[in-house]
Amino acid sequence: MIPAAFDYMVADSAEAAIAALAEHGDEAKLLAGGHSLIPLMRFRLAAPAMLVDIGRLDDLSYINDAGDHIAIGAMTKHRTLETSDLLAAEAPLLRHVAGEVGDPSVRHRGTLGGSLAHGDPASDLPAALLACGGSLVITGPSGERVVEAPDFFTGFLETALADDEMVTEIRIPKAGGVGWSYQKFNRRAQDWAIVGAAVMLGPDPKVALVNMGSAPMRHAGVESGLAGGAGADAASVAGDDVDPPEDLNADAEYRRHLARVLVGRGIAEASA
Amino acid sequence: MEVSMSVNGETRTSDVEPRTLLVHHIRDALGLTGTNIGCDTSSCGACTIHVNGESVKSCTMLAVQADGTEITTIEGLAGDDGELHPMQAAFMECHGLQCGYCTPGMVMAATSLVAENPDGLDETAVRQGLEGNLCRCTGYHNIVKAVLSVGGTA
Repeated sequence: MIPAAFDYMVADSAEAAIAALAEHGDEAKLLAGGHSLIPLMRFRLAAPAMLVDIGRLDDLSYINDAGDHIAIGAMTKHRTLETSDLLAAEAPLLRHVAGEVGDPSVRHRGTLGGSLAHGDPASDLPAALLACGGSLVITGPSGERVVEAPDFFTGFLETALADDEMVTEIRIPKAGGVGWSYQKFNRRAQDWAIVGAAVMLGPDPKVALVNMGSAPMRHAGVESGLAGGAGADAASVAGDDVDPPEDLNADAEYRRHLARVLVGRGIAEASA
Repeated sequence: MEVSMSVNGETRTSDVEPRTLLVHHIRDALGLTGTNIGCDTSSCGACTIHVNGESVKSCTMLAVQADGTEITTIEGLAGDDGELHPMQAAFMECHGLQCGYCTPGMVMAATSLVAENPDGLDETAVRQGLEGNLCRCTGYHNIVKAVLSVGGTA
C-alpha cells in the first residue's frame, strides 16, 4: 500500500500554497497533517499529481481571543485544541470533540483545517463546528471570504472550497457557560462514530449529527423542537428527514434509532 | 528529493521519493527495524515513533514531511551504555509483553503519554491514552501496570 507517485513541494506561506493550487488546478492537493489524505492515497482512492505541504505553516497555528469569537488557525493540531485553556473557557464543545478524534498519536499530527476540509460526514470535528455555529475563513487568489459551516459542507467529502482555495482560519462564537454535549457511539476504541451527536443549547440551539447523511449536517427538526422548549423530547424526530448510510456496522434504521437515543442523551447532558 | 533528519541524535541525510512513507524510510533506508509495521492504516500503533518528542504513527507520515525534524525510535530510547529506559525496564519487570510485536510502538506511545502528563496518570487515563496501540497477546493488563509504574499518580 504505497501511494501513487506524485510531485511534492513545501509551501512557505499560504500565498505560495494558493499560487501552487492555482497553477496545478484539480491535480494538486494540500497536505496538512496527512491523517485523512495519506490513507486515501495509500488505498489509491486518491492519486493527486502534486502535493503542496502546508503542514509547516506555523503562522496558521494559533488560538486567539477575537472579541465575540475565538479565532483558530487552520493548521492548529487536535492536541493543541484539546489542551487549550482558552477553548476550555469559551468553546468547550470544540475542545472536547478534538480530544475524541482518533487516538493521541493521531491528534499530534491531525489539524482542524485539514479535518474540516476533508468534509467526512463520519468525522467528529465537522459536527462540532456545526453545533458551535462556527464559520471558516477561506483564502484564494482574490482574497478572503467567510463561509458559515452549514454552507461549507456540500456533499460526501465535498466542500465549498474551490480548487485554488484553502481554509486559513476557523471562527467559533464564544459560548462559555452554555450547555453542550457530544455523544459518540462506536463499538471499538478509536473507531469512527457509527453515529454521533453534538448538542449546543442557548437561545439558538444547534444539533449536528455524525454519519447520518452524505455530508456533515445539522438537524432542523430537533433544533426547532429545542427552541420551542421541548427539551429531551425534541430527540424523537432525530431519525426523521435524514438519509443515513448503510454499512457493516449499521443499517439505516439502526442509525435512525441511534440518532434518537444519542440526541436524547446529548440534550439531557447539556441541560444538566 | 533530499531529506535530512536527526534520528536518535544522529543526522541522517537521504535521497527519497516523495511517496516514501516514514516507516519504510526508517526501516529500509536507515536500517532501524525495531519500528514494526502492523495494520498500515494508522490503527494499530506498531509503527509509533517520536517526531519532535511526540508520538506519531510513522505509517501515516511521509519521509519528506519529517525533513528537519528530530526522530526517536525504539533503538534510541536506551542509554548509550545500554541501560534501558525506565519504560523499557518497566515492561520487562511487569511482563508487559508476550510476542513482542506491539512492544516498540507501545513503549514509544507510553513514553510520550507519560511525558505529556507530568502530574501522573490513573488507570483509565493510561488505557485511553494507549487506545491507538493494539496488543493481541497480553489483554493489556501488564502493559497498563508497566506504564502506571513509571507514570502513575500514586
